[in-house]
Amino acid sequence: MNLTGRKVILHDMSLRDGMHPKRHQISLAQMITVATGLDEAGIPLLEVTHGDGLGGASINYGFPACTDEEYLRAVVPRMRRAKVSALLLPGIGTVDHLRMAADCGVATIRVATHCTEADVSGQHIGLSRKLGLDTVGFLMMAHMVSPEALVAQAKLMESYGAGCVYCTDSAGFMLPDDVTARIGALRAALLPTTQVGFHGHHNMAMGVANSIAAMAAGADRIDASAAGLGAGAGNTPMEVLVAVLDRMGVEHGVDLYKIMDVAEDLVVPMMDTPVRIDRDALILGYAGVYSSFLLFAKRAAEKYGLSSRDILVEMGRRKTVGGQEDMIEDLALDMARARDANA
Amino acid sequence: MRVRAAIVGSGNIGTDLVIKALRSEWIEPVWVVGVDPASDGLRRAAELGLKTTSAGVDGLVPHVKADGVRIAFDATSAYAHAENARKLQAEGVLMIDLTPAAIGPFCVPPVNLRAHIGTREGNVNMVTCGGQATIPMVAAVSRVQAVEYAEIVATVASKSIGPGTRQNIDEFTRTTARGVEQIGGAQRGKAIIVINPAEPPLMMRDTIHCLTVDEPDREAITASIRDMVREVQRYVPGYILKNGPVFDGRRVSVYMEVQGLGDYLPKYAGNLDIMTAAALRAAEMFAQEMTS
Repeated sequence: MNLTGRKVILHDMSLRDGMHPKRHQISLAQMITVATGLDEAGIPLLEVTHGDGLGGASINYGFPACTDEEYLRAVVPRMRRAKVSALLLPGIGTVDHLRMAADCGVATIRVATHCTEADVSGQHIGLSRKLGLDTVGFLMMAHMVSPEALVAQAKLMESYGAGCVYCTDSAGFMLPDDVTARIGALRAALLPTTQVGFHGHHNMAMGVANSIAAMAAGADRIDASAAGLGAGAGNTPMEVLVAVLDRMGVEHGVDLYKIMDVAEDLVVPMMDTPVRIDRDALILGYAGVYSSFLLFAKRAAEKYGLSSRDILVEMGRRKTVGGQEDMIEDLALDMARARDANA
Repeated sequence: MRVRAAIVGSGNIGTDLVIKALRSEWIEPVWVVGVDPASDGLRRAAELGLKTTSAGVDGLVPHVKADGVRIAFDATSAYAHAENARKLQAEGVLMIDLTPAAIGPFCVPPVNLRAHIGTREGNVNMVTCGGQATIPMVAAVSRVQAVEYAEIVATVASKSIGPGTRQNIDEFTRTTARGVEQIGGAQRGKAIIVINPAEPPLMMRDTIHCLTVDEPDREAITASIRDMVREVQRYVPGYILKNGPVFDGRRVSVYMEVQGLGDYLPKYAGNLDIMTAAALRAAEMFAQEMTS
């Protein structure tokens, strides 16, 4: 495929999705160091918040090392060229968090809902737009619906004021044809002035291939993460994507060597454990399960003497969606009881 | 003698409430108020022998005295509630507010209903569906020992969440969190709602996490939670303690499932059922007070 001369906006996820494998414990100093490195490498947009977005600080998803506000106030003023975005999941965060983030100087608000529930985002997308921010709708677990159903939800977000709508592969389930079908359908149905984006997870090692497929089908924005730091097996690895895009002649504005160094020198040393496709991360992609469930399933498996793979497969079978982390311990207790009854 | 009541709002909630109220020993539903003459709820109410109006609360006001209406349930919207309450309270009617308007004090029957009795309040608010399902559990912990922080996660079927809640989902999280603090007794509260579109629809699930100030007294908290579950089961038989309490340091976690009675709303919509059942329970207590 020929993408020569095409322009793309690369959006870095390492300081937001990357909070998941870090159990939201990235320090303020690490936030500043990585963000500054990304800025110097030419990354135009980077996301900073709790892994579950503004207001995600909770027992359910984990308490972070610092508040969203502390992170944003530390990072935003230090950026020379890069803009900062914040994620918001209605039902977890509210418009109060959105106003706070705007006050901290974020340029972009991304409002995320499950791929069938876009109509809970009207309030937040509307306010973000009213505040003059770059406003993005983020349809999660997009593999669970048909391209047509995804389009209907994207149009709702567009009608509320989103200037860009994402097809989000939260489970890392999609193969390139799935991406082509969804991004192509969004591109065909949305207004020409509305951008389209793709957010991948690398659970089936499809991050880069899916991102290229998305661009070929008309995506304007691609999410990726330095060294892949993100939930599950991580996001699309940014430095690998940049190298591929260089070879394809795509205009992205990021310096390959500098982003390689950010990944290798700053992000990899931060990792608590290697972010890689272990059998649990692979099962997320294989079974279509929300990537952030990974560490919760590992912990519950250890606590109750179960297989984390069995827990994740059962979470998938029950058609759980993003945010249902609380069900993992509940399910583990059921599974442990069933095992003991059969013993 | 049963106390006569009106149900304002002829949607799913109002209709379910009519069916429940018809079984009550203390409440006699006599009027159903809607705004759409073609509504299924008004037709059904008329078939059940109730008086109906499609002229909103203005259609009810002239009949309040003659028909002896002393309690009104408001199952409309937060937006409409203020006007409905003003007009009916002027007629001496006690308002049980099922909207998130929260003009009156919060009422979660097994926790603070008795505190409302005798105060002659004109308006009580039923918090939110998630609040009714979770605040009793927070209170069950906080009545044993101080709770520094409580957090609830309500997971509901997509089909059970109407357009009003969807357009203002922040109202749910804010009002529920406030109820967790004011009625649940937590020093700080947080509420999360997750909407799941699975088919067949999933039963309402609620997780309640508390952080106690000191090491939790496992025995006393477990007993208190079991007692509270039985209290709620008196009006919502499908209120089930699925797992827990789980103790992990100062964290106390409880995993609940709420199955509705399936009167008019489907059984999976335990979130809506617990609202109508709690509202009726509150009304019954006020009715006993009025007639004693």
